[in-house]
Amino acid sequence: MIEVRGLTKSFGSQKILDQVSFQIDHGESVVIIGRSGGGKSVLLKHLIGLLQPDAGEVIIDGENIVAMNERHLLRVRRKFGMVFQGAALFDSMTVAENVAFGLRRHEHLTEGETAKRVAKTLELVDLPGIEHKNPAELSGGMRKRVGLARAIIYEPQIVLYDEPTTGLDPIVSDSIDKLIMRVRDHLQATSVVVTHDMRSARRVGNHVMMLHDRRIYANCTPEALFTSPDPVIRQFVDGVADPEGIQF
Amino acid sequence: MIQKLGFGNKVGVDWALMEFLGRFAFAEWLEGLGRITMLARDAFVSFCRLKVSWKDLLYQIYFIGIKSQSVVLVTGAFTGMVLAAQTDFQFHKVKMDTATLAVVSVSMCSELGPVLTALMVAGRVGAAIAAELGTMRVTEQIDALRTLATHPVDYLVVPRVVASNIALPLLTVESMCIGIGASYVVGVYLLGIEPAYAWWNMLKYSGDADVMIGLIKSMVYGGIISLIGCYKGLTCSVGAQGVGRATTEAVVYASITILITNFFLTMTLEQVCVILGL
Repeated sequence: MIEVRGLTKSFGSQKILDQVSFQIDHGESVVIIGRSGGGKSVLLKHLIGLLQPDAGEVIIDGENIVAMNERHLLRVRRKFGMVFQGAALFDSMTVAENVAFGLRRHEHLTEGETAKRVAKTLELVDLPGIEHKNPAELSGGMRKRVGLARAIIYEPQIVLYDEPTTGLDPIVSDSIDKLIMRVRDHLQATSVVVTHDMRSARRVGNHVMMLHDRRIYANCTPEALFTSPDPVIRQFVDGVADPEGIQF
Repeated sequence: MIQKLGFGNKVGVDWALMEFLGRFAFAEWLEGLGRITMLARDAFVSFCRLKVSWKDLLYQIYFIGIKSQSVVLVTGAFTGMVLAAQTDFQFHKVKMDTATLAVVSVSMCSELGPVLTALMVAGRVGAAIAAELGTMRVTEQIDALRTLATHPVDYLVVPRVVASNIALPLLTVESMCIGIGASYVVGVYLLGIEPAYAWWNMLKYSGDADVMIGLIKSMVYGGIISLIGCYKGLTCSVGAQGVGRATTEAVVYASITILITNFFLTMTLEQVCVILGL
C-alpha cells in the first residue's frame, strides 16, 4: 500500500506540492492528472524516493521511505518498476541487456534463463525478436515499450508510469494504454500513471487524482471526474484554455 | 544584499561585493570538497563490500589503461627527449654532460612521469567520465538505475575509481621507461654523451625511492581524476550546456588539483624518505 501524508516540495522559491495526502491500495490502478508543470512527475518521483520532500511522509507497505538513506531505499525499490517519460534506456547497452538489467543485478539466473525471461517479457510488450537492437535504432513507441519491459521483468508489486503516451501518435498511445492494462492484469500490480492524456486516464485508471494548485483537487473514479460540473475539472477535461491567459 | 551589508559609498560597495563573492565562492568550493570526500567514502565502502561489477571494472581498466597508452607514450617519450637535450645544453657548459641522464631519470620517476601522465589522462579520461555520467544524468538514466535498485556509486563510480587506481601506476611506469629510454637515445646518439658514464650516473643517483614516490603519486592522481570526473558528471546541470560545463570543469579541476597536490606530496614523501633513510 502507498500512503502519502502532508507532502510538501519546493524548488527554490517555487512551491510545487503543498500538503499533498492520499492513499493507494494494493492492486489499484490510479491515474494522476494535472496541467503541465503542475508537479505530477515530481509527485511520482517522491513515491520511489528519487526526490526528497521538504516535509511530509511517503509510506510504502508501512515503511516511511523519506527517513531512509539511499542504500536502505534500494531494498524498497525492488518492489517498484518505473517507466520514464523519455524511456531512459541505457544507450550503451542492447535492448536485451537493458531489459535484463534488473534480473542480472538481483536474481542469480543462468544466461539461458535470463534470455528466456527477456524474450518472454519482450513478447508481452509486443516486441519479439528485437533483443540485439540498440536503443538508438528504436522509435519513440518502441523505446517506451522496452522501458516497460525493463520495469516489469522482475514482476514488481508497484509499477509507476511517467507520461507513458506523451509524444506518441494516437494509435501507438492506444497500444501503450492496452499494454498498461495487460501488465496490470498480468502482474496484479498496483499501477500509478501520470498523464495529461484524458483518453488514457479514462481507460487505464480505476481511480483518478487531479493535481491542481499544488494540491490534490479531486480524488474520484474516472466516471465521476468526467461528469463533474466543477469548473476547474471541466476546464481540464474539456481542454479549454483560459481566455484571459491567452496573449498575442 | 549590498544594501543589507550597510555599505554606502562606491569603494564600500565594491569591497562588499568582492567579500560576498569571495565568501560565496569559498563556501561553494568547500561544499564541493565535502561532497567529493563523501563520494570517495561511499566508493570505498562499496568497494569493501565487493559491490563492484568485475565485468565493468575490466572494461574500465581497458578504457582508462589500454586506450590511454598512445597519448601517454608520446608524452613520456618527447618529455624525456626534450629534458635530456635541455639538461645537456646547460650541463655541457660546466662539463657535466654525463650527469644528464641522472637528472632525467630522477625527474621522470618522481615528478614528470606521474604528473604528465596524470594530466594527459585527466584530459582524456576525466572528460570522458564527466561527459558519460553527465549525459546519463540529463537523460534520466541515473534515475533509471536507482529505480532498478542499483546504487549509482556501486555501478558507475567504483569501477572507474578502482580502474584509475590500477591503470595510472602502470601508465606512469610506461611513461618513466619510455622517457628514460628516449632521453638515452637523444643523449648518447644525438648529443654524444659517453654511454657508460651516463648509465652509471643514472643508476647511482636514481633509487627505488624515486620510483616508489612516482607510483604513490600516480595512485593518488588516479583517484583525483576519476572522483572529480564522476562527481562533475553526477551533479551536472540539465541540458547540453550543463554536460559541456561539467566536462570542462572535470578536466580543469582535476588538472589544478593534481598540480597543487603534487607540491604537497613531493614535500611529504621526500620527508618520509629522509626519515626512513631511503
